[in-house]
Amino acid sequence: MAGLYIPVLLHFVAVVVLASALLGLSWWVGVKRPTREKLSPYECGIPPVGNARERFSVSFYLVGMLFILFDVEAVFLYPWAVVFKSLKWFGFVEMFLYIAILLAGYIYIWKKGALEWTR
Amino acid sequence: MITLQTADLVRILPEIVLSIFGILVMVLEPFVAAAQKKLLGWMALLGVLAAATATVRTSFEPGLAFGGTIAADEFSIYFIYLFLLTAGLVILGSIDYLERNHAQHGEFYALVLLGTVGMCFMAASTDLIMIFLGLEISSISTYILAGFRRADRLSNEAALKYFLLGSFATAFFLYGIAFVYGLTGTTNLLGLSARLMEPSQWTTFARVALVLMFVGLAFKLSTVPFQVWTPDVYQGAPAPVTAFLSVGPKAAAFAVLLRLFLGGFASAGTVSFWILWISAALTMCLGNLAALWQTNVKRLLAYSSIAHAGYILVGVAAGGSRGISAVLFYLVAYALMNVGAFIMVAHLSGTGERLVQIEDYTGLAFERPGVAACLAVFFLSLAGFPTTAGFLGKFYVFRAAIHSHLIGLTVLALLNSVVSVYYYLRIVVAMYMREGKTEAATVELPWPVRTALAVSVLGIFYLGLAPKLPLGLSTLAALPLPK
Repeated sequence: MAGLYIPVLLHFVAVVVLASALLGLSWWVGVKRPTREKLSPYECGIPPVGNARERFSVSFYLVGMLFILFDVEAVFLYPWAVVFKSLKWFGFVEMFLYIAILLAGYIYIWKKGALEWTR
Repeated sequence: MITLQTADLVRILPEIVLSIFGILVMVLEPFVAAAQKKLLGWMALLGVLAAATATVRTSFEPGLAFGGTIAADEFSIYFIYLFLLTAGLVILGSIDYLERNHAQHGEFYALVLLGTVGMCFMAASTDLIMIFLGLEISSISTYILAGFRRADRLSNEAALKYFLLGSFATAFFLYGIAFVYGLTGTTNLLGLSARLMEPSQWTTFARVALVLMFVGLAFKLSTVPFQVWTPDVYQGAPAPVTAFLSVGPKAAAFAVLLRLFLGGFASAGTVSFWILWISAALTMCLGNLAALWQTNVKRLLAYSSIAHAGYILVGVAAGGSRGISAVLFYLVAYALMNVGAFIMVAHLSGTGERLVQIEDYTGLAFERPGVAACLAVFFLSLAGFPTTAGFLGKFYVFRAAIHSHLIGLTVLALLNSVVSVYYYLRIVVAMYMREGKTEAATVELPWPVRTALAVSVLGIFYLGLAPKLPLGLSTLAALPLPK
């Protein structure tokens, strides 16, 4: 029984060995001639401006979370569409209940003003 | 092809009703003016009553639902009533509390209802995946509730701590499920116990799975060494939420523990027995000893709830129909006295929960004899004085333990109860035997709070003096679990 898991174990070992070998080799073999430009953080080739630790609006988090919520929930519509015919009325009613609950959440966040950027 | 029978829906009717009311309260929240938020509380209470009525309907149609993942048996119906009682009392106790603390948001009630749904599913599930879903539903609701006093630093700390440690513990539980599935190829509890029938099937992996799942549950039960979060969270969370936290998730985790350790994993024998024995012993001792040094009433009650989890674990370790019914009886007694005590603390603490030290209760009995008597009843019941529910709960648990020849554990539990009397009586002594003027005496107790307190006090005396009917019910509820 436990023998079945040996490939998984081997996989773990291979991952650790390979990752540490690649990183270690490039660190060991590589030539290091640091300059000021090389040590500065990479920002798509543009010279970096200001501090990275800035405060930004909490609305980003809110909108991000709401997006993930509704995005993930909408993904469930796809598998439903695939098996729609074999589920018949049961699947139809079930999905509309699901959408109704989603809609309730949507009305809630809308009325709460979570979708408005400036409040 | 999935077929849905009406019976399936009837068997989860209480959960459906609670969910509908929870979602309704949530959607209506932004439409209700700030002054009228109380209405949402009453609506939530109506939802609890409607769910209680629905449970009666469910009890006429016992059996398995949704392909054997949900069981509507005496056991789950007993627990559903316990959760509904807790939710109802908490809602009654929090309507005025929220108004006084300027936290009148309807989401509170929606979260209490949805959390209760999760707990009901935990108690009713006979499938590990469904148990996990119930655990998540109840956990997420309670994480948010713990941080409900948003302007308060302690409340924020409580929510974050509860969330981080809680999700960590859930991961343990899930890991255990994965192991079990890998070993047996099923997540169904009945299928599990069929696959793990022989002691020879309890390999190292199976034991690891058992321990992992116990760790996940032990967090919710707050047993040693997984109790570190309890005092901080119970102190920081708003007191009515603490009432809910200290009873609901704990009772739900006990339901799962009973179904798992005495159902699915019944054949684990000595392994599960020693896990229960050791954690019961440690939990009782540490909970009671730490409670001796507390000066904050909420922290004191937190350590007392840890100790009570230890006593209940003694009953689980005893097992058998006697042990299970003792645990079930104890949980109701525990729910009544703990919810009552926390609601009282919530209302004596004043705006912003300032008055939560034992000194704040000095001389309370001279100015407010009724309030003090009520609080004294809760503390005496928690200490286990005769004529109260706490006494009979302990009595039945210890009797079951002696019947299962757990003499050492019973002696330890008895010693612990003696120790616990000291710290419960400290508060009673402060109220009755010391002179002093306290700001807590000025508190107004509105009628919904009075109702909740009256139900708790009457319930404590009813269970303590005429335990025939509740004991019969708990014996009946223990029947579906295999012996």
